[in-house]
Amino acid sequence: MPIELIHHKVLAGERLSREDGIALFRSHDLLALGRMASHVALQKNGNRVYFVQNMHINPTNICVNRCKFCAFSRSRGEAGAYEMSIEDILQKARSAQPGVREFHIVSGLHPDLPFSWYIDMLNALRREFPHIHLKAFTAVEIDYLSKLSGLSVRDTLMKLNEAGLGSLPGGGAEIFAPGVRNTLCAEKISGARWLEVMETAHRIGLRSNATMLYGHIESIEDRVDHLLTLRELQDRTGGFNAFIPLSFHSQNTEIKKAAFTTGFDDLKTLAVSRLLLDNIDHIKAYWIMLGEKITQVSLSFGVDDIDGTVVEERITKMAGGTTEGIMTKNELIDLICTAGRTPVERDTLYGTVRIWD
Amino acid sequence: MGLSDISEKVRSGKRLDPAEGLFLFNEADLLTLGELASAVKQRLHPERLVTFVVDRNINYTNVCVNKCRFCAFYREQGSPDAYILTKDEIFRKIEETISLGGTQILMQGGVHPDLGIEYFEDLFASIKARFAVQVHSLSPSEITYVARKANITIGETLIRLKKAGLDSIPGGGAEILVDRVREQVSPNKIRWRDWMDVMREAHRLGMPTTATMMFGGLETREEIVQHLVRVRDLQDETHGFTAFIPWTYQPGNTELGGRTATAVEYLKTLALSRVMLDNVPNIQASWVTQGAKIAQVALEFGANDFGSTMIEENVVAAAGVTFRLSREEIVSLIRDAGYAAAQRNTAYDIVKREF
Repeated sequence: MPIELIHHKVLAGERLSREDGIALFRSHDLLALGRMASHVALQKNGNRVYFVQNMHINPTNICVNRCKFCAFSRSRGEAGAYEMSIEDILQKARSAQPGVREFHIVSGLHPDLPFSWYIDMLNALRREFPHIHLKAFTAVEIDYLSKLSGLSVRDTLMKLNEAGLGSLPGGGAEIFAPGVRNTLCAEKISGARWLEVMETAHRIGLRSNATMLYGHIESIEDRVDHLLTLRELQDRTGGFNAFIPLSFHSQNTEIKKAAFTTGFDDLKTLAVSRLLLDNIDHIKAYWIMLGEKITQVSLSFGVDDIDGTVVEERITKMAGGTTEGIMTKNELIDLICTAGRTPVERDTLYGTVRIWD
Repeated sequence: MGLSDISEKVRSGKRLDPAEGLFLFNEADLLTLGELASAVKQRLHPERLVTFVVDRNINYTNVCVNKCRFCAFYREQGSPDAYILTKDEIFRKIEETISLGGTQILMQGGVHPDLGIEYFEDLFASIKARFAVQVHSLSPSEITYVARKANITIGETLIRLKKAGLDSIPGGGAEILVDRVREQVSPNKIRWRDWMDVMREAHRLGMPTTATMMFGGLETREEIVQHLVRVRDLQDETHGFTAFIPWTYQPGNTELGGRTATAVEYLKTLALSRVMLDNVPNIQASWVTQGAKIAQVALEFGANDFGSTMIEENVVAAAGVTFRLSREEIVSLIRDAGYAAAQRNTAYDIVKREF
């Protein structure tokens, strides 16, 4: 399918097919992809670009899984392994700048903390920070917690929700294609299970994000199928807020590849995501992984969200991520403004906090 | 005058005047500028080939009388880390360059107060006696200093240096070719007319040169357009510029400090350069200042050349920015963007196609 024909479909608001998605990824016409994706982004979100003031908390890097793409996880007792107590977590939370509206909490799968520990953590955070949204636990962690609790996924999510869980981040989706997933992360839950956890969360009113890890050993077809699987679930639940493609960083991991994805691949992946995921409102460029420069340019490639003033992110850093891990609110605003767009500070669920116009 | 009229003009191969260039710079969004720059590039380079050169920057000294406020590299004479490379050190660096397939050396200072024309004549002659390598060296600032020190004309200086072995001249030190900006960022350096005079003389003598522009500092958009028009005017006269290389000011460790251009500003300025400089054949992406990702994306914003493999680079590194790219990485970035890759020489002739 030539790009011009796909462009007509986009302008007519028609849903794109699997073949369209593959043709878009195969195309080298980067600017045409940017044009199409910008058209869709403008229709959905106008000139607005969202950001959030948030803090990342990674309570432990001890993990029973051994994903080959991960430079963060450790076994217990291994050099560099760490775990935070609930008091440590509160201490860290107390260091948050005024204006922080979200704690983004993801972890390794710790071998022996009981389910009650997670409930206590959420309760303690909610008690001390009642106005801060707790976006915590990937679908992989939720599945693990349901095994710890002996409850169904639904009941596990209900309990966590009662204790203060506000929404789920989109991590752990990696790539759904079973063969690739098996090579990358054999111990991790299947793509089908990830989707089942998300569907269950959406059904009880918890919203979530979705991700895709790209730039490792997956094919273009694997990427398109991943996106279309998410689109299909979103048709049924409408529970995804944002989609976030995560570029693979190979340093200190078991996958031998170029250290970083290319600028072309990053921008194409964001643009094609915007074009295929016609039912997800927001496409987010995660600047910690992409760097500030590509993140800024991505605002012309379908992106309307650049995440947050993330404080101390450890997971990408361990894989050779080169960003400093902190961008101030003013830097984020400047980055959006010099790209000719309107910065909008949001909360986790995309409520508007403030518009800079 | 509207954006669509200007776009039409560019697409039909007509030249933009300064007011039109400025209008485009101010009003066009990133993708529009990219599309127009790609249209011009497509006209000049229909072959979908991206080139690069294998070379090394040899900074024979870091002592400099100019002391530009945007520079993190220079040292005062007598400073503990001031240096002048010995001939043997320079020869060793050239040997390494050639063994890595290099065709060119880019030697630049520092404008050292003690180094006169005899020093360079001797150096170039002894390099040429030993190595088959393109000596692409000495920016206009150094050439002007050497001429004044010897009390001879620019023309005479260039004739002597050429005879000794200088083949071509890099376009550094152009900064912004507007004296208002130069007075603020590099008050001791030659003014814009001096820079042009050296280039004009070099072109007359048949020595090709490049032209650069350092932006993201104190200049206005009008001044960027003026810079481009001044390069274009001389090119109409001489046709001696092989390439234009815009790059961004690097504020780390400098007296000037402050911020620099963002990635979007870089790509827009690059694209505007391609559109305005209809008579300069090649536009280089600057991976040294922008990194591999943006340099690759720059191929859709008017660039048709990836610059140099830079076996050694010291000046940008002094400002705390150290991107490194191997020849293999450059080739793979070019291919990933859908182009064929080829090593070129200083004259932009193909040395080796990568298959």
